[in-house]
Amino acid sequence: MAIPKVCGIETEYGIVVRGGDNNPVSASSLLINAYVNATSPKIDWDFEDETPANDARGFNLDDIFPPEVETSLVNAVLANGARYYVDHAHPEISTPEVTNAAEAVRWDRAADEIVRASMRYAAEILDSGAELIVYKNNSDGKRNSYGCHENYLLSRETPFGRIASHITPHFVTRQIFCGAGKVGCEQPGRQPGDVAYQLSQRADFFEEEIGLETTLKRPIVNTRDEPHCDPQKYRRLHVIVGDANMSEVATYLKVGTTSIVLAMIEDDQFSDEFLLGDPVPAIRQVSHDPSLQRAILLRDGRRATALEIQWGLLEKARKYEQTHGLEAVGEQVGADLLVRWEQVLSGLESDPDSVAHWVDWVAKRRLVEGYRERHGLAHDSPKLKAIDLQYHDMRVDRCLALRVGLDTIIEQADAVSAMSNPPTTTRAYFRGRCLDKFPDAIVAANWDSLVFDVGRDPLRRVPMMEPLRGTAEQVASLIDASDTASELLDRLGA
Amino acid sequence: MAERTQKHKQTSERTDEVVEDAAPTTSESGEKLKAELDDLLDEIDEVLETNAEDFVKSYVQKGGQ
Repeated sequence: MAIPKVCGIETEYGIVVRGGDNNPVSASSLLINAYVNATSPKIDWDFEDETPANDARGFNLDDIFPPEVETSLVNAVLANGARYYVDHAHPEISTPEVTNAAEAVRWDRAADEIVRASMRYAAEILDSGAELIVYKNNSDGKRNSYGCHENYLLSRETPFGRIASHITPHFVTRQIFCGAGKVGCEQPGRQPGDVAYQLSQRADFFEEEIGLETTLKRPIVNTRDEPHCDPQKYRRLHVIVGDANMSEVATYLKVGTTSIVLAMIEDDQFSDEFLLGDPVPAIRQVSHDPSLQRAILLRDGRRATALEIQWGLLEKARKYEQTHGLEAVGEQVGADLLVRWEQVLSGLESDPDSVAHWVDWVAKRRLVEGYRERHGLAHDSPKLKAIDLQYHDMRVDRCLALRVGLDTIIEQADAVSAMSNPPTTTRAYFRGRCLDKFPDAIVAANWDSLVFDVGRDPLRRVPMMEPLRGTAEQVASLIDASDTASELLDRLGA
Repeated sequence: MAERTQKHKQTSERTDEVVEDAAPTTSESGEKLKAELDDLLDEIDEVLETNAEDFVKSYVQKGGQ
């Protein structure tokens, strides 16, 4: 049976400095430090067990790949279990681990609120006239791209080749409802004006079917093998192909449908029916075709549109719900996902504008096309690219996405409370509660451990190798009853 | 099983007529999208970066993951 699809989202944000030195590394550091200093003492990230150079296909490339994250850069763990850090000159937030797509949206919204709060705190520190502005998008229109990554838990017994083969069709086609839209083209060898508008921010940057890279020659399936949990039992699928979404429903569908497809892969539900003939050209073909009519090549020589492939995946998911249930993604959330998946595909099929309240690329296109027609602009007018960028502006008074009537699924109060409260359903609960209650006793934190200093040698590392151990149900009363970290460690028998 | 009968149709910006069926989720979304596209575009004009060309030109990021 498929194991619970514990998951999380990592978002690299764009950052711009107005009226000051435009150094994105120092700007990102200032942004994060402003937040951390205002809200909590800084706990250092512990890199000891990180293995980003392990490839799931069975080798290690430590000699070739430099460390993914420079240890000298700002790196903080927050009381909600998230990680907030500078990565490749971008501020990045990794949400805490959650058990379903609804929780993922809630802590992703919390990440957005953390970024907004950070901008406000930074404004208090900066010289007047200087401003840090953060964008939740994936490219600057000048062929530089940065990611919104997803992570999903799988059983180690699931062969990586099976995962790679059968998740690829979903990665290539899901952009019809989770693409964030983009004015212009950044595909190598083509001009920006070659494509007036496309579905996805990221599609142009993918050049390989499978591989370990994340910053160039990006692969549709990333093979990073760094589970951050028991490597004998688990895999973490690290997904780099998606866009960051402003629409909560798009985020929900992105994480939710992917979780369901992965559960089906784990339960070996796929034959070869959806396998693509040539995924890399296909991901661009789908993205460059807002009419949704383009049929892409399947491995058996037939052609199918992205919509047709998604209908096929949904049909399979419905049958899977009957035969296996959707406990792996949350029964209720799973049932709701099937309904919404059907609604979004129906809407896209009959009239894409009918799902402008759910789908970022549709909402954005309404603005871009409406503005272009109203002002009689050429397709390459900078005003249209400005709309594209400003759709993702994280300032509440400037963000275009907040003005287009997108549906929400998370109450604002729940997003705000998730800024400082961890999920109750995963080890993130233990991490967040300990950071909040015993900040002075924790010297380092990692996804799969906390290191305590209880005033006597040696430092005590508490391993957290099981993503579903450390939940509120398991440890809340232990934490509540402990006045000190030392007491907690005694109660844990650590 | 949900049927594929939804016809949540939005016509062009001229009339901005929203035709809804009885399904609760689509009527809620229809409410949300009541603002005329013209009004929306007016709003955009007010908050859009004043010098679009400079803004777009100066929006440069380092490549990330």
